[in-house]
Amino acid sequence: MDDRQFDALVAAASDAAVPDDRPGVDFDGLRVDQTDDGFSFETPETTATGLSRGELRDRADDSPYVRNWFFWEWTVRSHDSPRRAFCRRAEGAPVVADASDDADGFDGDADEGDTDGSDADSDTESHSVPERDAALREGMVTEWGQLRIEARLAADGTRRYEVRHVDEADADPQTLTAHDDPLDAREIAERDARDRYRPLKTAPTLAGGWRFPDLDWQGLARTVETFYPATVANWYREQTGELDVDHWRDTVGRQSGIYGVVKTWDRGEGYDHVNWVAEACCDDSQCVKRREWQYDDETDLDVDGGDGAFPCREPCSVVVAAARKWTRLESEVPETYEFELTPSEKQQLEATLDAVADGRVDEIREADVKDDANRYRARFLRAKLFDDDGNLGGVPTDQPEG
Amino acid sequence: MSQALVLVAHGSHLNPDSSTPTYEHADTIRDTGAFDEVATGFWKEEPSLREVLRTVESDEVYVVPLFISEGYFTEQVIPRELRLDEWDVADWDSDGISADVATYTAEDTGQTVHYCGPVGTHRTMTDVIVRRAETVTDDPAVGEGFGVAVVGHGTERNENSAKAIQYHADRVRDTGRFSEVRDLYMDEDPEVDDVTDFFEVTDVVVVPLFVADGYHTKEDIPEDMGLTDDYRTGYEVPETVDGHQIWYAGAVGTEPLLADVALERAADAGADVGSAVADVREATQVAAADGGGDHASAGEGRADDGRAGTEADD
Repeated sequence: MDDRQFDALVAAASDAAVPDDRPGVDFDGLRVDQTDDGFSFETPETTATGLSRGELRDRADDSPYVRNWFFWEWTVRSHDSPRRAFCRRAEGAPVVADASDDADGFDGDADEGDTDGSDADSDTESHSVPERDAALREGMVTEWGQLRIEARLAADGTRRYEVRHVDEADADPQTLTAHDDPLDAREIAERDARDRYRPLKTAPTLAGGWRFPDLDWQGLARTVETFYPATVANWYREQTGELDVDHWRDTVGRQSGIYGVVKTWDRGEGYDHVNWVAEACCDDSQCVKRREWQYDDETDLDVDGGDGAFPCREPCSVVVAAARKWTRLESEVPETYEFELTPSEKQQLEATLDAVADGRVDEIREADVKDDANRYRARFLRAKLFDDDGNLGGVPTDQPEG
Repeated sequence: MSQALVLVAHGSHLNPDSSTPTYEHADTIRDTGAFDEVATGFWKEEPSLREVLRTVESDEVYVVPLFISEGYFTEQVIPRELRLDEWDVADWDSDGISADVATYTAEDTGQTVHYCGPVGTHRTMTDVIVRRAETVTDDPAVGEGFGVAVVGHGTERNENSAKAIQYHADRVRDTGRFSEVRDLYMDEDPEVDDVTDFFEVTDVVVVPLFVADGYHTKEDIPEDMGLTDDYRTGYEVPETVDGHQIWYAGAVGTEPLLADVALERAADAGADVGSAVADVREATQVAAADGGGDHASAGEGRADDGRAGTEADD
C-alpha cells in the first residue's frame, strides 16, 4: 500500500473526512476508527485496538480488506449507482447491500446481492473479501450476454477490466483488435459476423475479433452499456427490487399511429398469440435478455423467459413491429386447401420451415441432399409441386367462395 | 448540479445509416465537454425512448428531438415514451414551428427533463442548410449564381412539415446570399420532380430537410429529379439535368453543423453550454483554401441498404 492510500485510510478513520453520522471506516467487513487511545482495526479475522499510526500501517499493509476499501470507497464511491453495482458483480461482491451502513451484518460470505433468490445471477454469487482479493490476482470472469468480462487487481489495488466476446475466451489476444474507447462498441455491435445490420443489440449475433484489454471501472460500465444499452440500469433496478415491468397488455395498449392496430389482436380469447410471439422473438436463441414481461400482471405466458443475466422489462420495438404484421395476418380466416403430398414431402416442408426459423439455412451443405432443407431438395419440390404462378399443388391461394 | 444532453431520434430496424448522424452529433457535442453526459435514444433502436433516461445519471436532462418538424413524434410518441406524464402540447405554445421547451419531472426517474422543440424548426437550422450548400460545393463562399432548393416531405402527415420547409427557405432567401431559393416537396406542389423548372440559374443546390439518409433521400428524390434512372447506379455531384447543374446534398441532418442546433436547443432551454456553440461552428466549417471538408461521401448517391430508410420505416 502506498502513502496515498494509507493517508486516505487515516483520513477516513478520523471524523474529518467522512460526512457521515458514523465516522470511521466501516465497509465489507473492515472497521477502522480513531479514538482517544489511537486506532482500532477490525476484520472478520482479527481485532486490534490502541494502535499507533505505525502499527495501523503494519496492519493495513497488504490487507485485502484495506485494498478493497480503498478501491470501492475512495476510488469508485458512486454509492447506489448501477455502474458501481455492475462492477461489484464483476468480482462477485454483494451488489446491493454493500453500503457502509449495512456492513455490520456483513459476515464475509453473505449473499445479499442475490436478493430475489433467482438463479439468474448464479454465475456471480458473492465471495469474501480475501477470496475476492486472491481471485482478482488470477482474474475473475463473469458474463453479460455475449460479453466476457475479466476483472483483475491492479498494482495499486484498483481494478482493471478486459471485455471480449464469450466465444473467444481462449483466443490469442494478438489475434483480437484492441480498443480503448467504450464508444467503439457501437461500431462492433452494428453488424453481425456476416456483415448484416443488427437491429436488436441484444440479439445473440455479436461478432467477435475484438477486445477492450484495459478498462477502468467507468470504462467497463460504459462499454457494456454501449454493447447492451440500458441493461445495467434495468438489472440494477431488478437487484434492488424496483424493476418496472410493462406487460404485453400495457405496452400494446399505449401504442398509437400505425402500431395502434396491435391492441385489436387481443380479442379476449386467451393469450396463445402472445405465447407464439414470445417463442418467436424472445427465446434465448433470439435475444440474450431474460423476458420478464407476461401477458398481463395476472397472466403469465406459458413459454420460458430464458436465462439471460439481465431482464427484458417490456416488449421491444422489434416485437411490436412484428406484432403489427401478425395482427394483420392473424385477422385472416383459415381456408381449406386441398392438395396431395407424400409423407416425405410433408416432412420436407416442415424441415424447411424449421431450418429458416432456426437460422440454419447457411449451414446446410450444398450437396447434402439427405438434409430435408437442402436447396436442391427444395428446388426439386418446387419444380414438382408449383404451377407456373407459384401455387402449391396448383391450388390458387384466393379460392372462390364455396 | 450535473446536466445531460439526450438526443432522441427515429432509428430503423432495417437501415443502419438512420442512426449514424445521431451518433455523430452526440460525439461532437460530447467532445465539447459542455455536458456531463451525452446520450442517444431511439424509437426503433436501443436504448429505447422508454429507457434512455435511466442511462444518464444527471439530475437535469435536456432532451432534443432530432426530427424535422413538430408533429406526431415530437408531440405524442416521444413525451409518452419518456414518461413525461404532465406533458401537454400547449406547454410548447407553438404555432407549429416555434416550440422551444417545456420542463417536467420524469415519472420514471425523477429527473428534471427539459423537453425541447425539434432541431428542424430551430432558426439555426437555416445555417445548417447554408453550410450544407458550402460542403456539397466545397466552396465556403458559395452563393452568387447558385440556387438553393429546400426539399421536404410535404403535408402527407402534417401541415407543420411544410411550414418548417417554408420557414427555412424564407430565411435562406432573406440572407440575400443565393440568387434563387425555393421550397419543394415530394408529395405536393411545387414538386421536387420538376426542380429544374423552378430555377433560372444553372447551378442548383438541393438540400432535403431530412434527419438521416434513407429511402427518400437516397432513392426517391435522386430518381424523381432525374439524377439517375436507378439509384443503385449512382450519380455525379453535380449532375447535369435539363441543362442545370444539380448539386444534390443528401439529408441535411448528416451535416456536422447540426450538432450546433442541438446545442442551441439545449442552451435556449437553460443548459450551460459555455463556448460549445461557437466551438462546434468553427470545428465543422468548410476549409476556405484547400477545400477538403467532409462532404466526399455526398458524391456517391448509393443506397446499399435497400429500400429502407428512416422516413419509410416507422
